[in-house]
Amino acid sequence: MAKHDTPMLDDLEKGPWPSFVTDIKKMAEKKPECWDILGQLELSFKDRITHWKHGGIVGVFGYGGGIVGRYSDQPEKFPGVAHFHTVRVNQPSSKYYSSKKLRDLCDLWEKYGSGMTNFHGSTGDTVFIGTTTENLEHFFYDLTHELNQDLGGSGSNLRTPACCLGKSRCEWSCIDTQALCHFLTNHYQDELHRPAFPYKFKFKFSGCPNDCVAAMARSDFSVVGTWKDNIRIDQAEVKQYIAGEYPPEGGAHSDRDWGKFDIQKEVIDLCPTNCMWMEGDELKIDDSECTRCMHCINVMPRALRPGKVQGATISCGAKAPILDGAQLSTMIVPFVEVNPDNDYEEVVDIIEKIWDFWMENGKNRERLGETMQRVGLPRFITEVMEMDPLPQHVKEPRSNPYVFWKEDEVEGGWQRDVHEFRKRLDLV
Amino acid sequence: MGYDPENPMQDRITDIGPPHYEQFLPPVIKKNFGKWLWHEIKKPGVLVHKAESGDECWTVRVGTPRLVSIEYIRELCDIADKHSDGYMRWTTRNNVEFMMDSEDRVQPLLDDLASRGNKFPVGGTGAGVGNIVHTQGWVHCHTPATDASGVVKAVMDELFDYFTSHTMPAQVRIALACCLNMCGAVHCSDIAILGVHRKPPMIDHDNIEGLCEIPLAVASCPLGAIKPAKATTSDGREVKSVKVKEERCMFCGNCYTMCPSMPLADPEGSGIAILVGGKVSNTRSAPKFSKMVIPFLPNTPPRWPETVDAIKNILEVYAKDALKYERVGEWAERIGWEKFFEKTGIPFTDKSIDDYRLAYDTWRTTTQFKFTSHIK
Repeated sequence: MAKHDTPMLDDLEKGPWPSFVTDIKKMAEKKPECWDILGQLELSFKDRITHWKHGGIVGVFGYGGGIVGRYSDQPEKFPGVAHFHTVRVNQPSSKYYSSKKLRDLCDLWEKYGSGMTNFHGSTGDTVFIGTTTENLEHFFYDLTHELNQDLGGSGSNLRTPACCLGKSRCEWSCIDTQALCHFLTNHYQDELHRPAFPYKFKFKFSGCPNDCVAAMARSDFSVVGTWKDNIRIDQAEVKQYIAGEYPPEGGAHSDRDWGKFDIQKEVIDLCPTNCMWMEGDELKIDDSECTRCMHCINVMPRALRPGKVQGATISCGAKAPILDGAQLSTMIVPFVEVNPDNDYEEVVDIIEKIWDFWMENGKNRERLGETMQRVGLPRFITEVMEMDPLPQHVKEPRSNPYVFWKEDEVEGGWQRDVHEFRKRLDLV
Repeated sequence: MGYDPENPMQDRITDIGPPHYEQFLPPVIKKNFGKWLWHEIKKPGVLVHKAESGDECWTVRVGTPRLVSIEYIRELCDIADKHSDGYMRWTTRNNVEFMMDSEDRVQPLLDDLASRGNKFPVGGTGAGVGNIVHTQGWVHCHTPATDASGVVKAVMDELFDYFTSHTMPAQVRIALACCLNMCGAVHCSDIAILGVHRKPPMIDHDNIEGLCEIPLAVASCPLGAIKPAKATTSDGREVKSVKVKEERCMFCGNCYTMCPSMPLADPEGSGIAILVGGKVSNTRSAPKFSKMVIPFLPNTPPRWPETVDAIKNILEVYAKDALKYERVGEWAERIGWEKFFEKTGIPFTDKSIDDYRLAYDTWRTTTQFKFTSHIK
């Protein structure tokens, strides 16, 4: 039986898209505190404002992250959600599950929580919404002992890393994103659980430049698979596309009549570097001009594949707008080998250079991208990364003349005697 | 057994990380890992991946509301047990995928899903509208300027046919973040729904000493609009507090994140901004930010009609006008943003002209422009 009248929420039970309201009501039959979720949410709909208070600091012993405190500002009206903390559980790479694993998680959350979840949080965790402080240690004990799982990150630490589905079901993935994500998550457990950074730090791993996990847009450390050699072409399959035997872009446009596939118009003319052309009925690519944008491969997946010399491009510093405005990741290392046999040595080395610098120089609540802006890209590349600057690091060279020359770069240094200088002038 | 509060450190296990993903891979995935040749979307929500071995992996993609109960998850488990050997995965856009080793298993699964009411819509592939990635909103967050799940439900109900079809010029990625903290990272979406505030923070002098570190509150303001100041509480005590130079406030809400005594949410002041034209992929053009085209729409629960109409309008004008493969941002750049405003009928205001840092990059410094209806 519903505990509160929720006419506005009830309206959201109509319509073709699945209704979270219907779902919460069903959960409330077993977990009565869910009626108070609906009651408080209805009040928010009426008042047009949130009724959650600032979170307090709660957690499990020895960890500084993974739990987010949450308290209602209407605890008398809605006692079921008076204390209603969030638990972030580190998801398996690419969010694959067995029904056994999911049922175990559900049973655990039925025992210690409200029964409501987010599959998944934006960062990637399996998120459990609504429990009390006294249940946290019990939940954590059973999670680690019985389910062999651990919490994710929150606060100023390494946030739970996430990846696209990589080689598991994608023909384009140039790196095994799942293995890399799993390895680094385990390698950096201390950084994930015990906040010691200036602010949050995110790792995301995409297998190709399509970037399905949005690494370039939202991670401080963006690893995107790429290749160095030539796009593999199957000319027989190219002919099949031209003949209209296969749908372009794997059938992505199937419900609209865009006319017959036109390789010139739909592939060659849309190449951003104009590096493709037809020679008779053969498709040619000048791979030295290719910037690996993926368009041609996306449109003709049976005919074109990424090259075989595969690795990753590392970019740094993406973030949402708070505070200095949104940033995309800046390309830093054009190509690294992603090699499990040496424990991803090249990737780990780059991460640690960045962390050493950022932990020393980052201000409180300053994301890496903001620190990079403050110290400048030249210093980040040469001093932090210990790399030679490359034209690939910029879209274009600077247009202002304000170069921060260093003293040792200028012949004779900066120490001069003004009296000598005057004397020379007097002679003129 | 279990946790013993008397002995909290007994048998404690920590730092074990996530379970290894390999144990959750469906057999056809495990067998053909890294050996995929190509894929095809057979119809909206149904994909086939072909492996070098000749094996096929058939995937059915189902949209979810993200905010789901364990009862809902258990139902997914039942479905997976019946049709996909008990395996499933989630995409980055809150869809569930069931993967199977033969085409024969697809239709029975589709029939089963369809028999369960509106719970499991199949779609979210190709040149359509994908599932909306979103944040918590009023259901579980302390800083939101709008709700999340309610707005998403209202929008997806209206755009449902675009989720289950391939009629758009390219994929359209919609995302919602309920405040500027952007847990949902909406800033590179084709269409972003963003909760925004428009009233400066109030200051709760009565409680600020107990709740806030004044220097942190002062330092939190990116525009230096917060200064330490003495204030008098309602019972006449003089306390160390802060004052806000209100005309300098850009309503980012960072002060409230740092100091619970500076709330800024408001029924009239807070609402939704619409930003469009962002993208994440490197395909054709570089990744780009979404641009603000509608600075404010009111919070109008339960169905947010102004927001729903605005999104539907942008989407339909785009669908009619853009070229095949062109993302919303690529279309807007090709026709010019002045044409975007003219074609969509969205009024252009000073709020769409950047006056924050790096603003100059967005000002027009050429005589090349189009004479649209804006120029009288």
